[in-house]
Formats: sequence, structure tokens, C-alpha cells
Amino acid sequence: MTFDIGDGVDSAVNYILDNFAPLLDMIAAAIGTVTNSIQATLLATPMVLGLTIFVLLSLWRVGLGFAVFTALSLWLVEHMGLWSAMMETLSLVLASTLVAMVIGLPLGIAMARNDRVATAVRPVLDLMQTMPAFVYLIPAAMFFGLGAVPGTIATVIFSMPPVVRLTNLGIRQVHAEFIEAGNAFGCTATQLLFKVQLPNAMPSIMAGINQTIMLSLSMVVIASMIGAGGIGNTVLTGIQRLDVGTGFEGGIAVVILAVILDRITQSLGKERAGLWRALFRRQAQQPLASPATA
Amino acid sequence: MAYATESDLPGNDRPVKISIRNVFKVFGDRPEKAIELLKAGRTKSEIHAATGCTIGVKDASFDIRAGEIFVIMGLSGSGKSTMLRLINRLIEPTSGSIEIEGRDVARMPRSELIALRRRDISMVFQSFALLPNRTVIDNAAFGLEVAGIGEEERRQRARAALKAVGLDGHDHSRIDQLSGGMKQRVGLARALANEPTVLLMDEAFSALDPLIRTEMQDELVRLQAEHSRTIVFVSHDLDEAMRIGDRICIMQNGEVVQVGTPDEIVLKPANDYVRSFFRNVDVSQVFRAGDVARKTQVTIIERQGVSAAAALERMDHHDRDVAIILGRDKRYHGMVSRNSLIQTNREGASDPYRQAFLAGIEPISASESLSNVLGRVAASAFPVPVVDEANRYLGSISKSALLETLDRSA
Repeated sequence: MTFDIGDGVDSAVNYILDNFAPLLDMIAAAIGTVTNSIQATLLATPMVLGLTIFVLLSLWRVGLGFAVFTALSLWLVEHMGLWSAMMETLSLVLASTLVAMVIGLPLGIAMARNDRVATAVRPVLDLMQTMPAFVYLIPAAMFFGLGAVPGTIATVIFSMPPVVRLTNLGIRQVHAEFIEAGNAFGCTATQLLFKVQLPNAMPSIMAGINQTIMLSLSMVVIASMIGAGGIGNTVLTGIQRLDVGTGFEGGIAVVILAVILDRITQSLGKERAGLWRALFRRQAQQPLASPATA
Repeated sequence: MAYATESDLPGNDRPVKISIRNVFKVFGDRPEKAIELLKAGRTKSEIHAATGCTIGVKDASFDIRAGEIFVIMGLSGSGKSTMLRLINRLIEPTSGSIEIEGRDVARMPRSELIALRRRDISMVFQSFALLPNRTVIDNAAFGLEVAGIGEEERRQRARAALKAVGLDGHDHSRIDQLSGGMKQRVGLARALANEPTVLLMDEAFSALDPLIRTEMQDELVRLQAEHSRTIVFVSHDLDEAMRIGDRICIMQNGEVVQVGTPDEIVLKPANDYVRSFFRNVDVSQVFRAGDVARKTQVTIIERQGVSAAAALERMDHHDRDVAIILGRDKRYHGMVSRNSLIQTNREGASDPYRQAFLAGIEPISASESLSNVLGRVAASAFPVPVVDEANRYLGSISKSALLETLDRSA
């Protein structure tokens, strides 16, 4: 006896298309606004200014050596003629990470606070992560057509699980004694969340966001198959024409973007004394003259 | 349930601050069934086997008075930390009442409980539980911040609290830059900043090394002298309990075994469990001279017309070399030996006793701690007399009595 699950899924998709068109349009409009405005901003930014911002971020969060790497590698991207393609890719990554965080952080918090929510959400996350990435492209294209919006949506689905999981885990791993202290001093549930749980879960949450960014970068390249644009197009062209050189250039640009995003977002989770910090934070750390010592 | 309460010592006239009555705490899914079995006299392990529940606290009833340092003591697993957390309801009691100034913490609505925790009760933790993402001053101001007090005022009050615990000038340090002792000072400042009337301390000094621990104990006693609060202090260390506690509550397997002053606990331990705590205790710190003094010496009341011969006769009869000479009002006059008495008598002294008084025998005050008088008793050829504050004779400490007392701890 065989079941035809594929047929069922097909008819479900058709049903949704027939009956929920206004809802799909609303989602498309909302995500389209986010994606397009980020893309427009990044593409309007002159290359020199963009490069400077990246170098300063590297200097501040990571250090001098990494800032030099950032400058050289971005200069290379520009000379391969891939700067604007990279900005398109970056805007897709930022848009999908933003959406993933907007959905994922509250979901992770809800999981941490309620075991039933956690039990219900966990298998869904497993499914989202293990399903081959290409599979998301089909319904995304069917519901939202071709372009940046379905690309972003497919990317969000593929990249959201880490931020949800690590938010949940981070909050659950906050030491019981901190929770006790919070309660003992009269925190409400909301105060406990914002003053005790989230600040202490921050390293874990930032690791989740970092993973989400990395996953979305890999998915954005695949999403070029449904017209999401960006460096993915270059790679796709290389594959279609069996042009190793073009494909390699696209690959290099993706790797460079990945390394820069990874190092900068990783550093957000922890205290890192870069050159910037060393130069400008010292004054702020000096203790204020207390009346007791005066 | 055997426990001694209501001693007649000073401090008993203080009003009751926290009244704990018939409090049970059962951990597990079927607490009603567990309490039923407990009341039927089943043991903890039988109940665990039948219901899967563990008994945290079993039928605890005692009072904590305003302004005292009340120490809850017991081995690990005795329920002492659970008992402490029932007072501010970090742990929900299964049944019973916990009244703070007449208001039942166990039954008050959540909003009222939060207000109580913000205003009246604060807590110090064994592991400090300082928030690592905050600076020293922001940790100290945590309770005030949660209570919604403005930044300016809370910083000022937190700074005052830090100063009170002797931690000036580290306001903007990070927590991981501090030593253990400094961390617990921040913990103490955080607890004192909102000026609570009740301070709960959960093994607050146990994680500190012995020298710092003693220093912090002294600090606590000093703070208590400056501004009296009701302090409930959980400890597993009898030395600590004796050092700082006005009264001590001893718990065993979730039950309150004995409540009393340090003296009562040491002199009249309720059972072997309580006694076992003294094994490691320096008794000479706990006992006072008055506790050890015994009235086994011959006493002679100095009266007109009573000759030395009568005194010698009594000393012979009791086979003693010395006698204590007292006034009619039992005040201590001096001590004579057989030899000195015979000597002065032979010389035909006008005052048979006064001139026979042994030189170099000074009475010890009853309130003197035993450790302070060890040397004098050991160096003296005769038992040393002990007097109260009105110079009345209470008894003498002989070398053998001293050794016997010190041996009790072994």
C-alpha cells in the first residue's frame, strides 16, 4: 500500500493559493518593504563609504589585523566587479536575519518559559533544519513568485532555527541563583526576563544570531535560483556556462563576506578590547570621583 | 516533636517578627498524599517509595523575634535552606503559615509578595549571585532599580550601602575583578540598599576562606549593632552560629529539633544529632566561667564570734585544703588555706580570717569566656573562685573540672 504524500502537499499548496491570496500579498508586501529598503540603502552607498564602514567595524570589534584583511579583501571584491552583487547579497542576508530575529527571539523566549511550547516547536525546528534547502524554493516561488521576496522567505525558514534554539537554550542555562536573586529582590516576570535572563543569555543568543547569519548567507546563494539576485547569480552563471573562473570569483566573494560577517557578529557576543576600545573606552572606565573618597 | 523554646533569657521580651506555624514542604507531584502518610508516622524513605515525593520541611513551628540574629543550622539535606526560602516564598510551602508581622506570606497575592520582597525582605546568597553583566554599583542598586526608584536616588543609596559594608571606590569595577570577600560585601550591600527589616542569609559566608569569614561575621555583628534588623542566617557551621547567633534553630531531616540560645544548645542538647555538632567546636569559646564553676568547695560565712577553729574543723570534716570566706550577703571576701589559717591563729591575730587570706587569688567574673581564664586556672595552686557582677560567690573552677569540660568536645 502506498500513500501519495506529494499529491496531498500539492493540493494543500493550491488550496492556500486559492484561499489565502490576500494574506500572502500582505506578507509579500511587508517583507518586500524590508528587503527593498535595505537593498536600496546599501546600493546607494558609495563603495568607498561602504568599505570604510566595514573597516571601522572590524577595527572596533575585532582588531587591527582583521581590519587590514577586511580592507584588502573588499578591495579585491570591487576589482572583480562584484561589489554591487555583494551588496545585494548582504541586503538579502540582513533582511532575512532581521525577519528571523523578529520571529525567532520571541519564539525562543516562549520556548524557554513554557515546556509545552518547547515540546511543540522543537520538531518543527528539526524539520526546518533537515529539509534540503532547495525544497523551500518551490513553495516560496509558488506563493510569492520570483525575486527577492521569495528568496528572503525561503532564507528565513532555512536560517531561523539556530536563533530560536540558542535563545531558548541561553535563557534556560541562566544560573538558578541569578533567577533566585531576581525573584528575591522582587522582580516581576517581565523584569526578570529583561534584567536577569536576557542579559545573561546574551552570549548564547548572539551565537544563535551569528549562526542564523551564516546559514542565511549560504541559502541566499541558493535562492538565486528563484531570482533573488546577488552573488548567487554569478555562481549560477558559472555553473550554467561551466565557466570555472566566474564561479570561482563568485565563490571567493561569498567566502569574504562570510568571514567578515562571522568575525564581526561573533565579537558582538563578548567583550573584545580592539584598538578602538583601547583608545576610546579607557576614559569611560575610570571611576567617577565618589563623595566618600573626596 | 521535641524541641525546647521559650527560654527565660533577655531578648525574649522583643516582639515576634516572623511566626512560623506547622509548615510543611513536600517536593513532588503528590504532596497531599505525602503529608497524609507523614502524619500517619511513615518515614521519609517509605514516603518516597510510595509517592515519589521528598520531604523538605516537616511540621516546623517557631518564632523569630525582631532585631535578633536567628541562625538555622543543620547538615546538608536537613532542610535549612528550604526553610529560609519558605520565608520569602522563593519556595512555595505545601501547608502551614508563615506570618511576618501578622501577614501570611504563604497566602498573600503575588503583587503583595513582590511589594514585600522589594520593601521588607532581602537576601544574601552563598554563591553571591551577583549579576556579571553589571558593575558593582549597579549590582548594589539592583533591588532599588527593580522597585522603580530613579537612577539618581538609587545610585546614591547604593553608594551609601557599599560604604556601610566597607567597599568604597569600586563602584564601576566589574564583578569578576573582585575577590570573594569583596563580592559578598557587594551581595550584602545589595541586600541592605533597600533598608529591609528582614535579612535572609543563605550560608552567606561559607564560600569564603576562614579569615575573611570571621571578618565578615564581625562586619555583620557591627552592622547589626548600628542598625538592628531581623536576620535569619542559615549555616552548617556551629562555630559561626555560636559566634553571631542570638538564638539557634537546629534542623535534622527537615524537622526542627531544638531552638534556643547558644548556651542552651550547648548545655542542654536535645539529642545526639545536636550533640554531634560540638565535636569540632572549641568549647572554651562557648562556655563562660559561670557555666563551669561548681559549689563543691567549703564556704564559711564570716560572723562575729566565730573562731578559726570552727572553720578548721569543717575543712577537716570535708577533707579540703582551702575554704571560701563569704559575707552574710554571700559576697566573696577571700580564700584561706588550712596552713594560712593555722599560721595566723597561732600568731593570735585579731581578725582570724582577714589576715589568713591567700595572696594572689583574684576571683574570676562569671561572664568571662572560658578561653580567657584557662591560663589562670591552670597556673593557680587552688581552685579559682568565680563571682557574679555583684561580687556574689558562684562557685570555683578546679583544674579537674576544667579538663572535664574541655574533654566534652572530644
